[in-house]
Order: sequence, then C-alpha cells, then structure tokens
Amino acid sequence: MEINNNQLLRFTTAGSVDDGKSTLIGRLLYDSKSIFEDQLESVTNTSAKKGHDGVDLALFTDGLKDEREQGITIDVAYRYFTTPKRKFIIADTPGHIQYTRNMVTGASTANAALILIDARHGVIEQTKRHSFIASLLNIPHLIVCINKMDLVDFSEERYNEIITQFEEFSSKLLVKDVRFVPMSALLGDNVVNRSENMDWYGGGTLLSILETLHISSDINKIDARFPVQTVLRPQSDEHRDYRGYAGRVASGIYRTGDEVSVLPSGFTSKIKSMNAGEKEVEEAFAPMSISMTLEDDIDVSRGDMIVKKNNQPEGEQEFDVMLCWLNNDAAKPRAKYTVMHTSNEQRAMIKDVVYKIDINTYNRNTEDKDLGMNDIARVTVRTTHRLMLDSYRDNRNTGSIILIDENTNETVAAGMIV
Amino acid sequence: MSKYYLNYLDELESEAIFILREVWAQFENPVILFSGGKDSILVTHLAKKAFYPSKIPFALMHVDTGHNFPETIKFRDDLIESLGAKLIVGSVQESIDQGRVAEEKGKNATRNALQITTLLDALETNKVDCAIGGGRRDEEKARAKERFFSHRNDFGEWDPKNQRPELWNLLNGKQFEGEHFRAFPISNWTEMDVWNYIKRENISIPSLYFAHEREVVFRNNSWIPVSEYLKLEDGEKIEKKKIRFRTLGDITITGGIESDADTLDKIADEVSAMRKTERGDRSDDKRSETAMEDRKKQGYF
Repeated sequence: MEINNNQLLRFTTAGSVDDGKSTLIGRLLYDSKSIFEDQLESVTNTSAKKGHDGVDLALFTDGLKDEREQGITIDVAYRYFTTPKRKFIIADTPGHIQYTRNMVTGASTANAALILIDARHGVIEQTKRHSFIASLLNIPHLIVCINKMDLVDFSEERYNEIITQFEEFSSKLLVKDVRFVPMSALLGDNVVNRSENMDWYGGGTLLSILETLHISSDINKIDARFPVQTVLRPQSDEHRDYRGYAGRVASGIYRTGDEVSVLPSGFTSKIKSMNAGEKEVEEAFAPMSISMTLEDDIDVSRGDMIVKKNNQPEGEQEFDVMLCWLNNDAAKPRAKYTVMHTSNEQRAMIKDVVYKIDINTYNRNTEDKDLGMNDIARVTVRTTHRLMLDSYRDNRNTGSIILIDENTNETVAAGMIV
Repeated sequence: MSKYYLNYLDELESEAIFILREVWAQFENPVILFSGGKDSILVTHLAKKAFYPSKIPFALMHVDTGHNFPETIKFRDDLIESLGAKLIVGSVQESIDQGRVAEEKGKNATRNALQITTLLDALETNKVDCAIGGGRRDEEKARAKERFFSHRNDFGEWDPKNQRPELWNLLNGKQFEGEHFRAFPISNWTEMDVWNYIKRENISIPSLYFAHEREVVFRNNSWIPVSEYLKLEDGEKIEKKKIRFRTLGDITITGGIESDADTLDKIADEVSAMRKTERGDRSDDKRSETAMEDRKKQGYF
C-alpha cells in the first residue's frame, strides 16, 4: 500500500468494557481489514471456547494473561491500523482501574480522543471525567461516539437528547473541535460503513472523520523551540571542528541564517547549518529530529534550549501547574522530586497545593491538600534553577513536566504549565 | 494545507531518532541488541542517522544460539566492519557448556528460551545499563504494552502491571544499581512500515528475506529449512521450493513461505497483501497463548 504522503494520527479511546469500547476498536480493525487470518482464527477459537455466538470483536484487543482472565484492560495498549488515507495509532486505555493515570498517559500525545457513551444511559459521571481529562490534556479533537444505538431503536430523538446533555456540561471545557457520531459498534453501523438504520444522520462515519480531521495545525508552528538532547562531536579528520546540537524541534520553524538565542545563558548566534540524518536541510520544523550548527563557538549542552531571538519562553523558578498524581505513594509535603522538562532536569518541590479538582463535578476544593493516586490539582512548584516554560495551552511539548520520586525512581506525577 | 507536516514514515523516523538520542544521553553503557533480522538492522540504520556525522556510539550485542543461518552471520560481520562498531557476542552454547542452562528435550526442542539466560549474563558481564531492541508493539499482544523505555529489575524481569507511565516526550530512564532498561525506538512501526521504509531508504538486508531456492521440510504449516540440526520425522520429506523468510530467528524454528518476491518492491507488495501476521510462522510463539508474555517477564527480548 503506497501511503507515502499520508499523515500519522494518534487517538485515544476512553470508555469501559460496558460501553463497548473493545468492541468498537475490534470493529474498526476488522472492518478496515487490519485483522490477520491467524488473529481471526485465534479469536474465533477463544469465542467458541467461551460459548459466544460468532466472533467476539472485543477479544481482538485482549492483552495480558490477567486481562483475559478478568475481562479488563490493565494498562495502556497500543494498536495500529492503516487505511489508504492515513496511518493510525490507538492508545487504548482502561475505563475503570486507575482511569485517570492511564487516560492521561494515553492522551498526552493524542490528536483526537474518542469518548464513548452508551445510548441507553446517556451522559454519566464517567463521560464527564473522560471529557475533562481530554480537555485538560488539550487534545485538539473530541469525537463523541454515541454507541449501542441499536438498543434505543436507532432513535434520532435519543441521539439529540444526548448531544444536549453533553453540550450542557462541555461548555465549561476547552476543547475546540467536538463531533458526534451515532453508532452500533456491535452491528458495524457508522464505524467504517454507513448505517442503513439511521438515514436521518447526515454526518460521516467514525473512520471517515478520523481520516479527514485537520491535524496539520495541531502542532504550534509559531513559537520556535529547540531543546538540545545531546551534542555531536565526531572528532574525525573530516569533521574536526564539527559541533552539532542534536534534538527534536518541539514547535515552530527554523531556517539557516536565523538569529537565535541559547537559553538559559542568553548567548546569541546564527544558524549555520541543519541536518536531518545525512541530508542537509535549509528549513526544519516540528516534529523533525535534526542537528544544528551555529556560527559562533558558544557553550551549549543538553538541557539548553535554542530559540528565535525575538520569541522567547519565560524563564521561571516558581510556577503553577495542573498536576495529575500517578502513583500509589501520596505526595509528600516539601519533599524533593526530580523534574523533567523537555531535555532539562532539575530538582523540585511542591510548594503549595492551590486547589484540588473533583473531576466528576468540576468543583474546586481549596481545603484538601493531600495528593494521592488519580488526584488532579493546581499546585505551585519550585525548582533549583530556571526552566524555560511555555503555557501548556500554547505548547504541549514545552508546557509539560513529569516528577520523579528520588527514592523509587518512579514517575509519580505529570504536570501542565498553567 | 500547510507544507509543514511530516508524512507518517518521516514522523516514525523522527520519533525513533529522538529515542535513540535520549538513550545515549541518559545511559552510561547502552548497546543495540542485534539479531541480524530486519528490525535490528533498521534500528542500526536509524542510529547511524541519529548521530551523523559521528559514528554509531553503541556496541552491537548478538545473542548467538549457535543455530544460525550462515547468511545472517556473514551479514552481521560485514555490517560491523562497515560501521566500525564493536561486536559483543553472548553464546548460548557457552551457557550450556558452563551448565548455566540445559538443552530442551523432546520433539520440538529449541534454544529459544535458553537465550534469556545468555542475554542477561551478557548484559551483566558487560555492565550494560540499556539494551536497545527492535521490538514492535504490533508484533504480539504482550509487546503492545511496552514502553519506549522499559524498566527491568535486578533479576532482568519485566513487570507489565507496574510500569512507569510514559507521557509526552519525557522518558524516565532512572535506575538503581543492577537494574537495567530496554529501549524500543521502533515501537510504533508495523511490519508494513518497516518494509516501506527499508524500500524507501534502500537498506541492505540479508538475502534470506528475498525469494530463493532452498531445501525445506513442511512442518507446522510452514517450510522449515534443512540444516545440520534438522531431524526428519516420520512421513516428512525434503523438497526443493522457492521460498523466502518473513522473520529471521533460529534456523531450527524459522519457517519460510513460498514466494516469488525477489526485490524490495515485490516484498512490500507481498507483505501488504498478506493475511497472516509475521510471527504466525514462528513456532516459538505458537507454544501457548501467553508464550511471549511469559518469556518477556523473565527477561526475553
């Protein structure tokens, strides 16, 4: 299949087994012909062993031993499929256990989120939770899949009722692009193929929406940010004085000759050359991995950021983030953590918990200062040295941090710069 | 539409290069696990790009079961020479001779699982703190759960239920003495992506991937190559067939498929029309539903 000019779209699915999430993913894979014969054979056998009629599509997403035994998803699982129009990566996250932790993880790099609603139940607490997280993680596109329409007689009235319910609470959220699709994943209506049971629906199927979402502008192309990962110094005869700064463009566009500043030192220079692998390029943009050389011999190392002289991030040592706590060990007041921000690493502490958010009601609680697994709160963080920050709303790559517990080395929290 | 976007292959390439550079920056002594198969060849090719014009800063580690295709070993040695890289070999035969592991018994005995001990020993002896692998999430359901940076405890074990969350592009490679990491830069590539990229970049791969005449025996629904290790069962007969291999593992367990695809273009076309997964021809994965998961937990690739 030649799809060489096609883009990659990452999406995350939120919902529980009861909403038919696994069936929906199975349906997408099956109807887009991404299931292989031996996978089909194995799932057909398992379906028969379990006494199901026909093929249980949900089994295509089964993973580890415990998950199969308990019929649940434990962790984020990644699935892939390709159509003549795009390549897709699905981050399949569980709806029940540790939903916040896993959904935040799956959502962090997603272009789109699928929110599943059971047409019989309409909007429930879980819908609000998932939508809130999608909004918090600044996922550009939200597709609300109103599933199990076959169980409400494919009723247009019911569909419109649920849209109204959804819009009532989602007006408080910050998602720019919301679509609704009535479907039956079980029967295949409006997933890949158009439904013959819902003539009243004039929109596209789920797959056609995924294939045509405009994602080129999802990455910030205005503010040029280049975090340095490592310095290339070949020291061969041919490249005796070569010093290349290697990294992935986080946002924006760079051209040779651009005037740049190296942060945090503030030294300025001009871009002399850029390479993508062996190939020299005149222009580099996010998310390209490149190496860059500068006209002047200045001190640049991992953790530094090369930016345009006239467009710089804020250097801050104390800042507010929306923090998701991801670990069983609760946050310790005034304890030291390692903070990772782009390629930069510093020590940090949580100075204050400003408020906690109840993700079912969206209410703020300023009394409760304890942060445990799956909690989301606005906190003030203080670091040993300045970090070069953008707000997460403007820039997902330079507006995000993680905290690492120095005693366990585990990633305990994810933060989005306010 | 703006011209400032990458096509999917360029985006996968950029992601893999990012991860390889992150490995280099965060670890003291990383190696590439090199099997001579297309995925580890791809990872090596991407490493060349990531550090150009410097040489590849990683040694290549090969866990040698002794049951190799001779073509693979020749390819490995030529590549090492052209890269000017260091080769580390962990030998399963030595592990057997030293009594670290015992050869499997029975009809379908292989050295596949024995590699775990040899691999972990080689990582420990060489003080490797990160082993870069060509594992892909689309290969197998246990691999679908892998992180880019995957933690291994001091017994080399993987705990899939207790993995570090991996968000945005922030990779946490922190570890204690004795632990190590596995890094998977091509996690998000599918078999089709790998072939499309190999074709685009014209990467050289072992001749075994191209259709060729070979003496084979039909066993477990695929064509097993005749070698000094193959013992004929009752009713089996040696035939000459035009075949190629979709994956390369031990010569004893890797089945070929009948094919006329003798160029990269033809292979890519053939793979896109395939209705079976590539590991469908690997008897190591057919042993049980959780064969890969069980091996991976113990420290397998």
